[in-house]
This record gives sequence, C-alpha cells and structure tokens, in this order.
Amino acid sequence: METGVKLTKLASCAGCGAKVGAGTLASMLEGFRTHKDPRLLVGYDKSDDACVYQLDESTALVQTTDFFPPIVDDPFLYGQIAAANALSDVYAMGGEPRLALNILCLPEQMEEDTVRELLRGGYDKVYEAGAVIAGGHTIHGAEPIYGLAVTGFVDPRRMLTNSAARPGDALILTKPLGIGVLTTAAKADLVPEPVLRRIHRQMAALNRATRDVMVRHDVHSCTDVTGFGLLGHSLEMAQGSGCTLRIRTADVPFHPEAWELADMGFLPAGAYRNRDYAECGVEAGAVSRTMQDLLYDPQTSGGLLLALPMEEAADCLRELRAAAPEAAFIGCVTERGENWIVLE
Amino acid sequence: MNIIDARGLSCPEPVILLRRAMASGEASYQILVDNHASRENTTRYAQHQGYQVSVTEAGGVYTLTFTK
Repeated sequence: METGVKLTKLASCAGCGAKVGAGTLASMLEGFRTHKDPRLLVGYDKSDDACVYQLDESTALVQTTDFFPPIVDDPFLYGQIAAANALSDVYAMGGEPRLALNILCLPEQMEEDTVRELLRGGYDKVYEAGAVIAGGHTIHGAEPIYGLAVTGFVDPRRMLTNSAARPGDALILTKPLGIGVLTTAAKADLVPEPVLRRIHRQMAALNRATRDVMVRHDVHSCTDVTGFGLLGHSLEMAQGSGCTLRIRTADVPFHPEAWELADMGFLPAGAYRNRDYAECGVEAGAVSRTMQDLLYDPQTSGGLLLALPMEEAADCLRELRAAAPEAAFIGCVTERGENWIVLE
Repeated sequence: MNIIDARGLSCPEPVILLRRAMASGEASYQILVDNHASRENTTRYAQHQGYQVSVTEAGGVYTLTFTK
C-alpha cells in the first residue's frame, strides 16, 4: 500500500542507518552504578545482540529491543521489516522469541489506515516467528518510529554469543550486503523496481530458519549484521573473542547494483560512522574503496555472521542455503594478530 | 559557475541536487555542505562523472569545487 504522504520522507535517516555509532554509546554509559547479578550471563558490557538472564539450568531469558524510522514507503512492509529486524537479535543468540511489545511513535499527520497497515506488518512477522505481541506503547512525535521489544528463551548451555569465535573457525554470512546503499539510492529513484522487490523481500525475511540450522551445528559464535555494518559487527566479534577475523572480500555476498551506486556517492551517513568506529582495527590492504564502503554499509534486518569449526562449515552452509540461498563462506578466524580484522 | 547550497541537508539530498545540476553538463560547479558524509558523497559523485575535486573548509562549511 502506498500512502499520500511518503513514509520515508517523514524520516531524516532510514532504518538501521539511524543507529547511534558504537563508540558514542560506549563512552556515554561509562561510570554508572549497576548491580552485579551472576545470573546475567550476557549484559551491556559484552556489546552483544541481546541480553541473556539465566532462570534455571536449562532456561535463560533473552531480551532485546530495536526500532527505527521508515526504510520503505509501504507501511505494511515497514512493519514487517522492523519486526523481522527486532526478532533477529533473539535468533542471533540461538534463542526463540516468545513475546513482543510494540514500540510506536506517530506524527499527527499519519493516517489511521497507514498506522493499521504498519502494525499489521509487525503482527504478521511476529506470528510467523511463533511469538505473541502482548502489548506496547505509542506516542506522538515528529518522525514515525516502529519496532519491538522482544523476549525469548534459550538453553544457556547452547546460547550463541558474539564473543566466542575460535582460531580455526570458518565464517559464514547469510544475507548479501548493500542494503544501506540501495535504500539511500532509492530516495533518488535510482533503484529499479525488481531490485527494490528483492531487497524488500530480504529485509522482511526472518532469520528463524537460519537459527534453526545453526543450532543443529556446533556453531561457536554468532551475531546479526545490522547498523554497524559487516566490519563493525565483525570488530565486536573479533575483540570479544580475542581473535583476528580474516575476510576474503571476493567471497562476501552483496547486491551487485550497490557497487556503482556506492561509487556514485549514495552512501548513508551510517557507513561513514561505521568506518570511523571500526577502521582503526581493520587492515584493508589493497581492497578497493568501493568494496570497503559495502563492508561498512549499515544493514537493516541483515543476515547472521557465524563462526564454526571448518569441518562442520560445508554441511552447515549446504543446509543454510535452503533458507538463505546467498549464504557464503567469507573467511576464517585466526589467533590474534596485529589487527582485529584483515581484509584480503 | 553553478553554485548549489546544500547546507543543512543530509544524504542523499546533496548528491541528488548535484546530480540534477550536473545534468546540464557544464565545466564547473560548486557545492556547499556542512557534514562529513555529504562532503564525501558529493566528491564521489563528481569523480564518478569525471570532475576534478578541490575542497576548502571554513566554520564547519565545506566548499567543494568540481571542474572538468
């Protein structure tokens, strides 16, 4: 459904590109008093996708929230994408979402039908995920915002943090990059309709099936690739794990149409923030500026980045491709070297 | 010289304005932007169109000059 007022025109930045830079957040939260609770297995200090709180030996609570301004003009699709993106953090921990709360901000001029379509998109994805929307909170504001707070469960013995990659692991990325560039160029009407349909389908796709494959394998570490881009999230995995990630850029899947558009300067501001944050940990070698731009490009509802033993990787990838056909090996994990990330 | 004032605009607006202006195919253009991302993006666009780029900065405003 297209509406009278273009949703993306109501927002100053799109989707996960609106995310505040990682470095900014870390320094703002320094020095606050917090309780120590041994049952909080994963908290803020870990820079992970969601927090994990142990309830008993085999059950832990997984909690996360994610919301952003419109990334597309169709309200139903926007709702679907925002929900898929919020649910993804639970999948990235190896968990299953059970409850969700709507987080909604509406400008006065948004029509009732538009709001209804937006919410229908959210409910549609939460239903597909097997979870329930149990409530929420709505306010008026200058720009539309939609997302979810999600609660799920995981067996704490099988939870997947972003800080447990081991030397010798293979790296798999499950969705192609370029979403930030393409959604930015779409504002200039430079993205053909079939390409838009392809990226819309990708952003609305749950990472559920990927999670279901992942938990059948001995995956060591996982994170979802969203606002900080592949290199921002890879840096968190490398630092958290105390290892170096080597990424073979020729093998990194991306939407081919994003290449020339990145070269033409259709990069979201978030791509530059991600570069500023992560660049000091990246040895870029002879990798072209355009390729680097795509590696720093903020993704909305992106894929998962997995680290798992090399000998399991081929089987896992074959199974993953049923759900995520463009999943690919993109590199490996080594002992910590001079840089956290090496691009080849 | 064609001068575009893109101060206060965030991406991709400055690139869209530049693209529209460059459709006339003149030998030189100038654009004013006030953030890092817009400076980089308009530079990329102009280079992609075959222009040489020079930049000056004063008081947080970047003046980019593109010549062929």
